[in-house]
Amino acid sequence: MSIAVDREIDARGSFCPGPLMELIRAIREGAVGDTMAVLSGDPGSRTDIPAWVQKAGHTLQGVEDLEDYSRFVVEKAR
Amino acid sequence: MSQKMALVLFSGTADKLQAAATMVSGAAAMGVETHVFLTFWGLNAFRKDMAVEPLPMSADYGAEGEMVAKLMHEKQVPSWFDVMQMAADVGDVKVHACAMTMNLLDIERDDLVEMVEDVIGVATFVGLTEDANVLFI
Repeated sequence: MSIAVDREIDARGSFCPGPLMELIRAIREGAVGDTMAVLSGDPGSRTDIPAWVQKAGHTLQGVEDLEDYSRFVVEKAR
Repeated sequence: MSQKMALVLFSGTADKLQAAATMVSGAAAMGVETHVFLTFWGLNAFRKDMAVEPLPMSADYGAEGEMVAKLMHEKQVPSWFDVMQMAADVGDVKVHACAMTMNLLDIERDDLVEMVEDVIGVATFVGLTEDANVLFI
């Protein structure tokens, strides 16, 4: 079962680095403690989103690999 | 990892601008201070009247280039300009115009899109980016 989140961003069909950029915008708009999920079919996201989350100091709560896309769940930590 | 990236953008074809814009957005996302120096065809592409038009692919790749252009259209890849604009919105991206090219091609400051921050000489650019990784596209 999927992790429940405060906001879900569907970036399937968006090209590298679109899903990451959409996540960054959503994190900026959110409040500390909010959780967000971004859906991405871009294989680059598989490395880019975890790398960004670590660098930006947020928390990656999980990555769910679904049929032809992945769902990244991130908590805004600061 | 260096906290600065310098990109000399010389090319004005859609494929090379796309690669440049994508590199810039990666740097912007990772919090790297990014300086782009627009020169020759790269500067020409940032004229207000050019940035709205689809630009041709590089002739270097012939029919293959055209095939990739078709795929980019079919898969709705965002334009290089939109990718660059998004990078500038998200991160610390400074776009500089080369003063020499402005003079050579008779381009005025008002002819350029808003994303261009200033017009500088090459020595100023080198000074701004002396501790950066430099890319040339």
